[in-house]
Amino acid sequence: MPVSELNGQKIWQRRDRPTAIKHWLMWLVGTLIVLWCWQIISDATTWAFVRDSPEQAMQLIARMFPPNVAYAPTLVRPLWDTLNIATLGSIMGVAIALPISFLAATNTTPHPIVRSIALLMIVTSRSINSLIWALLLVAILGPGLLAGVLAIGLRSIGFVGKLFFEAIEEIDREPVEAVTATGASELQVLSYGIVPQVLPTFVGVSVFRWDINIRESTVLGLVGAGGIGVQLSAAVNGLQWGRVCTIFIVIFLMVLFSEWVSAKARKEII
Amino acid sequence: MLRLENLDKQYPTGDRAVKGVNLTIPEGQVLALIGPSGAGKSTLIRCINRLVEPTSGHIWLDTQDLTRLNTAALRRARRKIGMIFQEYALVERLTVMENVLSGQLGYVNFWQSWFRKFPQSTIDEAFRLLHRVGLDSFADKRADALSGGQRQRVGIARALLQNPNLLLVDEPTASLDPKTSRQIMRLITELARERDLSVIINIHDVPLAQMFAQRIVGLRMGEVVYDGPTDGLTPDVLTQIYGEEDWTTDADSDADSEDADEAAATKTPMTSTLSDVIPGVTS
Ligand SMILES: Nc1ncnc2c1ncn2[C@@H]1O[C@H](COP(=O)(O)OP(=O)(O)OP(=O)(O)O)[C@@H](O)[C@H]1O
Ligand SMILES: [Mg+2]
Repeated sequence: MPVSELNGQKIWQRRDRPTAIKHWLMWLVGTLIVLWCWQIISDATTWAFVRDSPEQAMQLIARMFPPNVAYAPTLVRPLWDTLNIATLGSIMGVAIALPISFLAATNTTPHPIVRSIALLMIVTSRSINSLIWALLLVAILGPGLLAGVLAIGLRSIGFVGKLFFEAIEEIDREPVEAVTATGASELQVLSYGIVPQVLPTFVGVSVFRWDINIRESTVLGLVGAGGIGVQLSAAVNGLQWGRVCTIFIVIFLMVLFSEWVSAKARKEII
Repeated sequence: MLRLENLDKQYPTGDRAVKGVNLTIPEGQVLALIGPSGAGKSTLIRCINRLVEPTSGHIWLDTQDLTRLNTAALRRARRKIGMIFQEYALVERLTVMENVLSGQLGYVNFWQSWFRKFPQSTIDEAFRLLHRVGLDSFADKRADALSGGQRQRVGIARALLQNPNLLLVDEPTASLDPKTSRQIMRLITELARERDLSVIINIHDVPLAQMFAQRIVGLRMGEVVYDGPTDGLTPDVLTQIYGEEDWTTDADSDADSEDADEAAATKTPMTSTLSDVIPGVTS
């Protein structure tokens, strides 16, 4: 109780004594844990390697320059693949997340059990990184674009679905009641009362996820799921640092492009 | 004609918001439902179109018991019951026209409504109503670009496009300034008279209720404690509805000025407060 009385005067403090001591102890324990962890990390590190790391880094960068410009044209196709993986994966993710999110939102779900199942699907999708999805899918489907598209799609379901269903749960209830009160069917209530309210969020989230997926699909090639990561992996393994640099530059340009497209799209539609 | 028979509503939380209400509203009557906050006014009118499911009792609209209807039949019955809300309840991102047209959703199938393909007769009527509520040039504006008074007019047009027999109105003026409030109340009651609608209006503003309704029902803790003409609201009755308060004086006058024209104040309680706000008010 932060209010106490001293000599007939009311004193207000943020915390009373026991709470203050508790807070102080928590900080002390927290600091000790951090120091202890630092000790463990330090013991496990070969400091000799760390000490010459600036030198190593400089050498690596030196080897990267100049970038191998002649290599750039062969990157057009993998780049196009990457873009397709991201786009198709996003479309698949959004298409599947859409019905799931309506089943998961408390105000639109047909039944609590359905809701639990929908939430489980969202959590499952979210808890597995797209690189791991890709690893699994390459093992099942063999290497290639399809594994990449599915990996991006499966990962997107959870992300998009979660933000979608939260948007549905946050809508204003009154317009929905008003549309219901006119004698509209459930689908009509959905399309007139709910969809217009969540549409801006849906568009924003989808474009945002596409933007993220462009970046994620650049690394899928490392595990053989297609895209520019295949070339990156080959170049690094072959110590062709000039090529690596070219790939970095190309990826950077593509991300810049996706950034621009998504900013544009969001402004247009909202 | 609407008849409530022993209508009862107990929320899952345990609140018994409406307790055995009996009420008959003849065709064409404008009834004002007054009562303190939490008296159960909103619950009562929401029970009628079953936005809130009544616990027990019957609701007779003409010869149909609304409490007995299955989902499909309820939807059909709702088409004939218009509703107007305090916060307008428009879909903000839709245009004025789309909001008004949503009053006819019960009469078109899903794809017609999805592609906004309403019958021309419906669109004609929507334009007529927009003209009637004074929003001629607003059809293409988005609802969120409108002022409160304009939004409520859209709400009224939406309810009337249903071509209802009964109008349920939940505090239509609580978010509006005094002048706009009167205009909105006048519009609702005029339209009701033109179409011979039964209307139930929940309202906190007693003078406004007296001005526009033909009958007042006072609700307190879920029970009807007054049912009668607008001029029957004596200080005693108001105390019964709202609880103890000096009903004969203005809010800002002190105890000495009590003798100021007591007779007039008793006959039309609280109007003096209103006429201070708006010049030219008569009741
Ligand atoms: N959805 C709900 N769940 C549980 N209890 C509710 C719900 N809605 C209303 N109540 C309770 O029912 C009682 C009546 O509420 P209601 O909203 O009908 O009153 P009201 O007369 O419309 O009040 P106001 O004038 O403030 O709008 C209140 O005690 C309220 O707490
Ligand atoms: Mg209310």
